[in-house]
Amino acid sequence: MRDVAVIGVGMNRWGELWEKSHRQIWTEAALEAIADAGVDHVDALYVGCMSGGLFMGQEHLGALLADQLGMGPIPGTRVESACASGGLAFRQAYLAVASGEHDIVLASGIEKMTDVDGGAATYALSTAADQEYECYHGITFPGLYAMMARVHMHRYGTTREQLAHVAVKNHQHGLLNPLAQYQSAVTVEQVLESVMVADPLRVLDCSPITDGAAAVVLAALPRTGTKRPAVRVAASAAATDTIGLHDRDDVAWLRSTEVAASKAYAQAGIEPAALSFCEVHDCFTIAEVMVIEALGLVDCGKGGEAAASGMTALGGRVPVNPSGGLKSKGHPVGATGIAQIREAVLQLRGDSAGRQVRDARWGLTQNMGGTGASSVVHIFTRA
Amino acid sequence: MIGSARYWREIPQRYRYEAARCDACGKVHFPPRLVCSVCRGTSFTKTTLSPEGTVETFTIIRVPPTGFGAEAPYAVGIVKLDDGVKVTAQIVDTPPDDLRIGQRVRIQFRRVQKEGEAGILCYGYKFVPVEQ
Repeated sequence: MRDVAVIGVGMNRWGELWEKSHRQIWTEAALEAIADAGVDHVDALYVGCMSGGLFMGQEHLGALLADQLGMGPIPGTRVESACASGGLAFRQAYLAVASGEHDIVLASGIEKMTDVDGGAATYALSTAADQEYECYHGITFPGLYAMMARVHMHRYGTTREQLAHVAVKNHQHGLLNPLAQYQSAVTVEQVLESVMVADPLRVLDCSPITDGAAAVVLAALPRTGTKRPAVRVAASAAATDTIGLHDRDDVAWLRSTEVAASKAYAQAGIEPAALSFCEVHDCFTIAEVMVIEALGLVDCGKGGEAAASGMTALGGRVPVNPSGGLKSKGHPVGATGIAQIREAVLQLRGDSAGRQVRDARWGLTQNMGGTGASSVVHIFTRA
Repeated sequence: MIGSARYWREIPQRYRYEAARCDACGKVHFPPRLVCSVCRGTSFTKTTLSPEGTVETFTIIRVPPTGFGAEAPYAVGIVKLDDGVKVTAQIVDTPPDDLRIGQRVRIQFRRVQKEGEAGILCYGYKFVPVEQ
């Protein structure tokens, strides 16, 4: 296997982009990544998209987007793993370069979620859970994470206030990210007084519905002539768990994240303590709490304290979601995993301006599908 | 979104709580499956879910999905049955705010959702508290 680097990144402002089609959103991000890399072509493209069919009635995105980029007949491959589609698309692109099949590959993600109404969007997202044995009974995604949260609170004493601190921190970080959907701070009180969605989770515990795309360019190392420092992919790992939350021995533990992370640490040859920052899948506040436990940043059951103590804030021991995370940056599901990687690359290049993590040497990204039925973990460092 | 064939296929599980016990390791699967997730065994004997169990966790849905609007707020939980099988279903006939982890519940046949304007009525199991 060859060493692989990310040599270019692209992303547009995320939000409710009524005036833009998915083609425009995606192509803008792809062109920016290609220009940032300083290349004149890519050999293949991968695109993460959870549900082009349900969100916009459009499948066959590999071919459509290769054409939009003016680069047909290159191979275009769509990758789906629910909300981990972007992370898994990056992993396929990484494997394509590492194996020697391709030299320069575009990895991208897109989700256009606001062309359908809220009910249809909720339904599309719910297809990441078991349709016959979970959704049939009226459970929603906030409801599934709420059930995880309730066990975590009952067993470990995690408090409502501690969960709120995750949202407060990520909105604070999002204020420093000009591309984030929300450019607003929230307080613990605002989170605790926001509308209850599924007890104990409230609307400000949830990531939003978002239109957005992101793209990165990968190339084999060694590589000269990049405009900005290349960032090496030090590890790439993925794992799965049961699709139904109820089928897990422990509903308050993210085994797929634990397994993928443990493989990734071994590949990179580092311990969790070496990480300078992490971008993780905070689709709900409880998700960030459980993810940092599964990544080994804190002991099992101790995730609730991290945000409240400042440990995971910018300036803390290991900043988590310096980009603002899904909570503040937005969560166009197929694009999220790629945007996490873009953030890691910017941080390791020293290009993160007001949200720059000091002396960033190792960065980890964790992208998750459903209630953790799939997880993808990557580790990056300067080439 | 639920076609009649798709609905009909699940009737043995939803109406009669049919499960499958792995002949090799004894693990009970619900719904039945072709490969045991514990031992990869492929031979099973039909069985029926234990009728009672314990609430492992639950939530109260305040913002319901399409088809459940008239019922919100309602409780959905994960119940660990006495045979070790865990299932997700609504917990009814009790004020949602009185629910607690560890509560004993019993499976019962109920209407679960009404599919669409002129759609089919969808039946299945819900849980009700066990009188103690």
